[in-house]
Amino acid sequence: MSAVPLTHILFVSTALFFIGMYGLFTRRNMISMLMSIELILNSININFVAFNKYLYPDKLDGVFFTVFIITIAAAEAAVAIAIIINLYRSHKSIDVEDAAELRY
Amino acid sequence: MSYQQTIFLIPLIPLVTFVILGLFGRKYFNASSGIIGTASLLFSTVLSFFTAYQYFFVDGKVNGVYQKIEAVKFTWLQFSPNLSIDMGILLDPISVMMIVVVSFVSLMVHVFSLGYMKGEKRFATYYAFLSLFTFSMLGLVLSSNIFQIYVFWELVGVSSFLLIGFYYDRPSAVAASKKAFIVTRFADLGFLIGILILGFYSGTLDFGTLIERLTSTQSTQFIGITTASFLDVSMLTWGLTLVFVGGAGKSAMFPLHIWLPDAMEGPTPVSALIHAATMVVAGVYLVARLFPLFSIDEASLQVVTWVGASSALIAAVIACTQTDIKRVLAYSTMSQIGYMIFALGISRYGGENGLGYMGSMFHLFTHAFFKSLLFLGAGVVIHLVHSNDMKDMGGLRKLMPITHISFLIACLAIAGIPPFAGFFSKEEILFAAYNANKAVYGIALFTAALTAFYMFRLYFSIFWKREAAVHGHHGEGTVSMKLPLVILSVCALFAGLVPFANFITSDGSPLETHMDIVFSIAPVTLAVLAILIAANLYKTENEKPARLAAALGGFYTAAKRKFYIDEVYLFITKKVVFNLIGRPAAWIDRNVIDGMMNGLAYVTASTSNLIKGVQSGRVQNYALYFFAGIAGLVVLYVYLWK
Repeated sequence: MSAVPLTHILFVSTALFFIGMYGLFTRRNMISMLMSIELILNSININFVAFNKYLYPDKLDGVFFTVFIITIAAAEAAVAIAIIINLYRSHKSIDVEDAAELRY
Repeated sequence: MSYQQTIFLIPLIPLVTFVILGLFGRKYFNASSGIIGTASLLFSTVLSFFTAYQYFFVDGKVNGVYQKIEAVKFTWLQFSPNLSIDMGILLDPISVMMIVVVSFVSLMVHVFSLGYMKGEKRFATYYAFLSLFTFSMLGLVLSSNIFQIYVFWELVGVSSFLLIGFYYDRPSAVAASKKAFIVTRFADLGFLIGILILGFYSGTLDFGTLIERLTSTQSTQFIGITTASFLDVSMLTWGLTLVFVGGAGKSAMFPLHIWLPDAMEGPTPVSALIHAATMVVAGVYLVARLFPLFSIDEASLQVVTWVGASSALIAAVIACTQTDIKRVLAYSTMSQIGYMIFALGISRYGGENGLGYMGSMFHLFTHAFFKSLLFLGAGVVIHLVHSNDMKDMGGLRKLMPITHISFLIACLAIAGIPPFAGFFSKEEILFAAYNANKAVYGIALFTAALTAFYMFRLYFSIFWKREAAVHGHHGEGTVSMKLPLVILSVCALFAGLVPFANFITSDGSPLETHMDIVFSIAPVTLAVLAILIAANLYKTENEKPARLAAALGGFYTAAKRKFYIDEVYLFITKKVVFNLIGRPAAWIDRNVIDGMMNGLAYVTASTSNLIKGVQSGRVQNYALYFFAGIAGLVVLYVYLWK
């Protein structure tokens, strides 16, 4: 099998990271922002797996890290959605610009 | 029970009375608070007499010398092992004499006020203040250290302030109380500095130790205080003179006397108690208390002498021209206190040389009786006439026989006519002055003649001169007003017969004094002559006083305007101090100090205005800053950090 070079995978993960970043800064809907954060996290996961595979093929550290991150991401999504629900109850909106009371 | 164990009750009872009357009196027992105050003070007075009897006749004397006994002593504030402020009670001849005078005169005034102040809305408050004053004054005379005396000194100052301003709805009374407070406070600044100097060099505040250390010429403290000097004057002189400044302020000595005549705005019994008999002699008492120290320092004694002599003379001259009867009495008080002060100034320590000291204390003792009698008599007159001015009086002798007789007795006593009380004490002072300093003797003699003159001017103007313009619809007032007059008249008659030199002398051992008939001729003749002149001028209504005033011209006007001393003070304060110090200081405060603060606040506010946009409240902005920061750090680490 022809090996896919590491740079290709890194390119994908970088693209994914910046797509997530773009979504995080441009979307006003908090669900969308949460999804963008998930994209960022997954780009990191890809990085971990790729580096593990290409640099230390006989070790599993990166893979384990990925598993941890997925777990954390699940918890984070739960917390974030709880926040969003509470925000919706108090503001009748999940637009992030409507929740700008904590200012100067 | 020994008198030393009950002595603390003497000042304590008035304090308790003050607290009770002050807190509850007005609300619950306004009308009976006078009786309560008087009764409790009676208890104090009896204790004072008991103490005096025990001290003078039973166990005060050891080997023929009266001892200083420290009856009570406890530490009040402990600053360091070497420095503590104590509270204590010191018994020696002068403090025992003073508690008798203070409690007795205060009792008379309490009784008198029962009638005089009857129906006042703030009757209970009045008695509460009187009790506060009595407590403070008793505490002052019993103080065992110089800091304690300062504390009580301020307390009598504040009770005097409260009582002068008792009729607080009168602007003149308010102004007078403020004036009294500020002038005496100004003088007390000197007192405080004096205390600090003496305390610093002697290392103690206790009277006994202080005097012992600073009078023994071998001690390190004595050498320290006499060798240290400021402006070529030794620190001992500075300390004593500054302490005397405090005393002069409280005793209304020239040039700090301006508050006393104005203080007559207070109720008349208060003037009798505070501004005639007790508080104003605190300065005399202070000098007497520190007399062993004063006696080793010639320079400060000179200050004391000349301040006293000039006050005696100036006040007597002014008193001849005043028409407000209470002001005449106020200046007369100042003049008599001047007598006591210069008598201390010419005195020396111990034996025959201490005659001036003894005379001063004797005069303090007799003066308390006849001067409070004069004030209470004036109070009865004012009560009847409803005016302080001599012009509204005259011919009152038939309307108020008891007042008339007692006033006459007091006038004869203050004029120094034998055998009334003032004669004996004044003779001692004059004799001491004659032996010590002829110039002072001359001033004293002239003042004595003036005293006789203005007192009888007052007497004739009130009780003779013309037919009574008022009709005595309520006569002389209640029994409670007449009784103190009678009792004090008896005192003014016989207080001079007390063999005072056996009890109170500069060193505690009895002094042999003898009346010299030949010496007494001059002052008594002068006094009689002055009385005859006063009778000639004022007994009937005539043109002579006016012509005399016209003949004296400018001098008369100057004296009537009190030698423009008030105006000088006003000039100094309003024109000089306010313009040269007050206004520039206010300008600096408004523009420099406030400007600095305002500038600081302005800079802070504008900076925060500039950067507060960062705190937008938008989550995405914050996330952007975060990523920008991370990116910056990455750039820094990867490319710049070599």
